Amino acid sequence: MLRNLMKQLRDGSAEEYLSRLYERIEKSRLNGFTTLAKESALEEARRFDKIPGQGLLSGLPIAIKECISTKGVETNCSSNILRGYIPPYDAHVIERLKAEGAIIMGKTNMDEFAMGTSTETSCFGPTRNPWDIDTVPGGSSGGSAAVVAGGEAPCSLGSDTGGSVRCPASFCGIVGLKPTYGLVSRYGLVAYANSLEQIGPLTHTVEDNALLLQVISGHDKRDSTSAPRPAQSYLEGLDDGVVGMRIGIPREYFGEGVAPAVEKAVWQGIHTLESLGASWQEVSLPHTRYALAAYYMVAMSEASSNLARFDGLRYGLREGEDKDWHTTFSAIRAKGFGPEVKRRIMLGTYALSAGYYGRYYLKALKVRTLIKEDFLRAFKEVDILASPTMPIPAFKIGERINDPLSLYLADVFTVPINLAGVPAISVPCGFDGRLPVGLQIIGPHFGEAAVLKAAQAFESATPFHEAKPEVV
Amino acid sequence: MENVIIGLEIHVQLNRLASKMFCKCSTAYHNSPPNSHTCPVCLGLPGSLPVINRKAVEYGIKVGLALNCRIEEETLFYRKNYYYPDLPKGFQISQYDFPLATNGHIMILGDDGAERNIRINRAHMEEDPGRLVHAGTIDKAKYTMVDYNRCGMPLLEVVTEPDLTSPKEARAFLDKLKSILEYLEVFDGSLEGAMRVDANISLKGGDRSEVKNISGFKGVEKALSYEITRQKNLKRRNIKVVQETRHFDEIRNITVSIRSKVGAHDYRYFPECDLAVLRIASWVPEIKAALPELPDAKRERFVKQYGLTDDHAKSLTSEIKVANFYEAVAAQAAPKLAAVWIADVLKGELNYRDLSIESFKEEHMAEIVGMLEKSQITEDGAVQIIRALLDKKGGSPGEIVKSLGLGKAEDDAVQKAVREAVAECSAAVADYRAGSERALNFIVGQVMKKTRGKADAGEVHRLVKAEVDKA
Repeated sequence: MLRNLMKQLRDGSAEEYLSRLYERIEKSRLNGFTTLAKESALEEARRFDKIPGQGLLSGLPIAIKECISTKGVETNCSSNILRGYIPPYDAHVIERLKAEGAIIMGKTNMDEFAMGTSTETSCFGPTRNPWDIDTVPGGSSGGSAAVVAGGEAPCSLGSDTGGSVRCPASFCGIVGLKPTYGLVSRYGLVAYANSLEQIGPLTHTVEDNALLLQVISGHDKRDSTSAPRPAQSYLEGLDDGVVGMRIGIPREYFGEGVAPAVEKAVWQGIHTLESLGASWQEVSLPHTRYALAAYYMVAMSEASSNLARFDGLRYGLREGEDKDWHTTFSAIRAKGFGPEVKRRIMLGTYALSAGYYGRYYLKALKVRTLIKEDFLRAFKEVDILASPTMPIPAFKIGERINDPLSLYLADVFTVPINLAGVPAISVPCGFDGRLPVGLQIIGPHFGEAAVLKAAQAFESATPFHEAKPEVV
Repeated sequence: MENVIIGLEIHVQLNRLASKMFCKCSTAYHNSPPNSHTCPVCLGLPGSLPVINRKAVEYGIKVGLALNCRIEEETLFYRKNYYYPDLPKGFQISQYDFPLATNGHIMILGDDGAERNIRINRAHMEEDPGRLVHAGTIDKAKYTMVDYNRCGMPLLEVVTEPDLTSPKEARAFLDKLKSILEYLEVFDGSLEGAMRVDANISLKGGDRSEVKNISGFKGVEKALSYEITRQKNLKRRNIKVVQETRHFDEIRNITVSIRSKVGAHDYRYFPECDLAVLRIASWVPEIKAALPELPDAKRERFVKQYGLTDDHAKSLTSEIKVANFYEAVAAQAAPKLAAVWIADVLKGELNYRDLSIESFKEEHMAEIVGMLEKSQITEDGAVQIIRALLDKKGGSPGEIVKSLGLGKAEDDAVQKAVREAVAECSAAVADYRAGSERALNFIVGQVMKKTRGKADAGEVHRLVKAEVDKA
């Protein structure tokens, strides 16, 4: 789809196309975009219309999640504490996109500092799901998913710490990938939980996703956790099919807590892959039930440290008269952070405190190792795993926001993937009523090619990616 | 002072490195405008990530080996979390478990004149915070400014066991450490803030106080002396010493209590997962093989190779530049004589003028020692030449000898003066013969006057004695 679009832009006018998108955005009720880079984007489009470049993404507009650093364009993580912060540098992925000719349209709404599953914790208010305006788009990359599903941007980047790309992809009926930890440089991604997160593409099709991954992946010396691997083409062999592929169905990812419609759609998806030549078998990931606790312990602990730099001294929120240091920065943090962020900072601070570190953080790391071993063991028997992305379809705005625990529980099938560092994609596999359902395909470390190939085979045999919501 | 217990934590900037600990910013920030040596990484801007300066770790290992430490198989970085305006990330990347080097020791000269072994607990790497500039004194400033140029400078923190027993020993330890660091070429002590010391001090049986961030070795001695007096006075009045952090006020020469950075001092250390674990065991053999000769070894060699006294050898090896200077001179002139003149005279003259050894040319020293050896000049003359050179009067030693007329007087001229003086000083001769050895000195003085100091006083003494005895 992106390849067709880029051909059309080359034959027609990128400026016209982009202007139409901005018109749509300005009339939109989705609240998907937060900051628009309209002037610079239109200027880029005009430049493209004059001299179309030879980049892989020449002329292609793309929306970027608020937490990815964009030079000259406000990057605020949908938090009051960072309002007005304009970075002096581009994230690695932004440099890559620009180098291939992509046009940065603007920034998309997210849960404040990526802490959420619904995009309701944003300081800009919730983003809405294009399939049902009263429903959440998922989170935390809800803006990035909603603008793609709602036709306001052809593609976007999100970030996934515990499901933040896959969840909104699933809730909005599009394709979202969480790459292997270390495949995409995090340089310029504002950290929430740095040992867990990766930047990933959100697109209508698997092929589009593979194209964007190809552009943003690859070694970056500025990120010490970036894997020193040679560049790889994810488009090559994408259509090879799944004949002979062994699919594992993790027993712990089905049953209790999974909505029947979701379970049904996912099983249909598995049978579709079977009909295309793959085989499936049940496998066990026995430590799954400890994953949520370990995930939140690790994520909150890291967050408590990662968010310590926001003290209002050098950038971001600065209010009132300065008093002594402790009073001043405490007041700024009290005012600048929302309740969910404060909750996580406080829990994380507690977990890292002297006397509790061993009981909480270290224990969580041990569980993390066990969960990773679960996956390594499973991938000795099978090539990929398939499961629901989310146990439920999108819920109503406001329905769960005051019940953090039920929100945390919704991440049950996405967080183990981040703890293990393996790649996973969510592809649309059906509907529950009018709300989309996502199929999660998980691969071994750096097994993106297998994941994408399976997703591509599934997409080619099903109509779900073609369904479009009726939105203004 | 046997009841005093002192332990030191020394922050050493590895300032001979070209770039900072975790980014590419240059370390040459001295004399630059504030906040001009910064980037997203050392400013801790959102989304930036640290990358380990491998060379800094190599330097750290070098120091660890020179301090006779055990180098860990693997080492890793931790986050030390606390809020302070000089810390732009809200945490400092430091080390905690598995620091680079542990369990070392070095020898220093103790107060009793005997060598003492001072144990090193650990040496670990970290990044320097920025620098706070207070408008006024720390306790009364109306506002404070922050300069992040220093932020991210590679630091090595060396922690001793509480083995030091006096301010003087603390000074001796610091001198030795500085000497080793300069031998290793990882450190330039002449730069501002290059070495900063936290000192823990207590009287036996009492609680300790920590005096933070003292710059300058004299400052350490003064701060510790003040603390000993303060704690002793408290003890005398039966007041308990409070365990607290204190600041050394260099102007008033006292320590003052300061509010601690975080109430409970819980730094919530946890591993910095933006950085990989370093398997450094395999780096060690190469670094070890390339270690230079260190002060103690050089001192032993000087004694053996040049036949120097231990005191001279020690004096000449305490600074690598002086040691190199000496060896260059000893290659061209009598080594023992050169040692005496460099250690006992030149160093003193340099010190007096606050100059370093670079202010004096090796070939000039060799020439002076050569002239002394051949008795072409007197000791007084040699001192005058050294002073003239240091005071930039111009010319080579040979030229100065000529211009100042420092050439030793001809022998017959001296003989003549001796004969005349003995003849003129009959009273002194009589005193001498009556048993007063000292009476000769008067005659020697007369000879020196006649020769206008060009004669060698020792030699004159011998000649006068011979002349009087003969008569």
